[in-house]
Amino acid sequence: MAEIIAWVTSPMFIAYATLVGVVFMALQISAAVMVYAERKVAAFMQQRLGPTRVGPQGLLQPIADIVKLFFKEELRPKAADAFLFSLAPIISVTTAFLAFAPVPFGAATTFFGLLPEPMALMIADVNVAVLVIFAVASMGVYGIVLAGWASNSKYSLLGGLRSSAQMISYELAYGMSLATIVMFAGSMSLREIVDLQQGYWLGFIPKWYIFIQPVAFFVFACAGIAETNRAPFDFPEAEQELVAGYHTEYSSMRFAMFFMAEYINMVTVSAVAVNLFMGGWHGPFIPVEYGWIWFLIKLAFLLFCYLWLRWTLPRFRYDQLMSFGWKVLLPLATVNLLLTAAGVLYFGL
Amino acid sequence: MDGWGGILLLAVIGVGFGIVSVVLSYFLGPRNPTPEKLAAYECGMPPVGDARERQSVKFYLIAMIFLLFDIEVAFLYPWALAMRQLSWPGLIQITVFFSILVVGYIYIWRKGVLDWGPEYDPDYKRPPKPGPAVVKRYRYGTRN
Repeated sequence: MAEIIAWVTSPMFIAYATLVGVVFMALQISAAVMVYAERKVAAFMQQRLGPTRVGPQGLLQPIADIVKLFFKEELRPKAADAFLFSLAPIISVTTAFLAFAPVPFGAATTFFGLLPEPMALMIADVNVAVLVIFAVASMGVYGIVLAGWASNSKYSLLGGLRSSAQMISYELAYGMSLATIVMFAGSMSLREIVDLQQGYWLGFIPKWYIFIQPVAFFVFACAGIAETNRAPFDFPEAEQELVAGYHTEYSSMRFAMFFMAEYINMVTVSAVAVNLFMGGWHGPFIPVEYGWIWFLIKLAFLLFCYLWLRWTLPRFRYDQLMSFGWKVLLPLATVNLLLTAAGVLYFGL
Repeated sequence: MDGWGGILLLAVIGVGFGIVSVVLSYFLGPRNPTPEKLAAYECGMPPVGDARERQSVKFYLIAMIFLLFDIEVAFLYPWALAMRQLSWPGLIQITVFFSILVVGYIYIWRKGVLDWGPEYDPDYKRPPKPGPAVVKRYRYGTRN
């Protein structure tokens, strides 16, 4: 008993519990911030003002939305499968949270000497982080497919089917581009991959993998956007044809969970991209102890690109999506992988 | 504490969050069901038939070829990690492995599994462009 108390009150444990709490809250808040940012960015791109009424500059709008959704009626179609209908949003939101577990977001720190030994700023320091992310990303399909099937509505089923076909198609290219980076770095731990990207060429070009592997980054970006079902690949919820796709029949908090899962997935994919391709928390001017500031800046930039793309590009046609994934991205990623391997061996990198 | 425990912890938190928010909204939200609300949404029309009808076989084909290629990607990871130790022989072996799959890939491409659009017809000719529109002129007071 005394041992357990000593363990629970040890500074490392308290710091870790705080870290988990902070990440959990930060992911939820990031979803709220993304909803607000999306509406504001969309508004400015279309010469509107966006939300302005709730709070200063409409900043409290997402909170008002969440509170509203809590008090909304929960509807379930009579023909729906009750158990799966309730299970689907929980799967979605769980995989969204889970995918962030192996993602580091800062250098190991002692919090200004508060801790006896430095602690890595990540929830789960596993040595196969890339594999975990790949695995959890494929589990995310279940939430959408089950939602589409359980609703027993034509729009939902079509949205679910489409998105499952889309997500599994792009998962191949996603996995290939991840494998390219794994091969180049010789490690599956995101922390080690980030630390390999320290330093500069010629004194000013940062040694980011985006400069060595632009093709892998392109494939990763396309596949990441398709995996998170965002425009221009947002077929599961193509509003004009499928109403709201797989979550047509959902309302209240269950709908909010799908929404949240989508935004958290965006954050996770961007965070992985920052770690794999953009040097994570390394950057000039800021000491590595405060590296998370650089991480947040890069993350915010990639998330802005998500919104930028959505309000710039029209949606693809479904056959264009499938042929792009299978006929362009997959061969491109494969050839890139083999050429990179040959290059690494030839030049002895 | 770190390692796999952290992943499990976040999974538990995620499930807990999902259940808590569903239960909260169950108690906070009103409940006033009507037959119309409980019907599947079909743009305001009464729903016709069951949604779970037969779907295009393309989806099943995609699922099957996905399995094949996903196993390929899964096999890639160990090689990718050990690439520097395996050196050129390893690269040649993985290339042979790939080329076997490429045969199948070309086969499904030629068979049209990856084509979702309307079928391509090589004999299709674009209809001739209509000439300039003939505007009938009417004169007031005449009959036509």
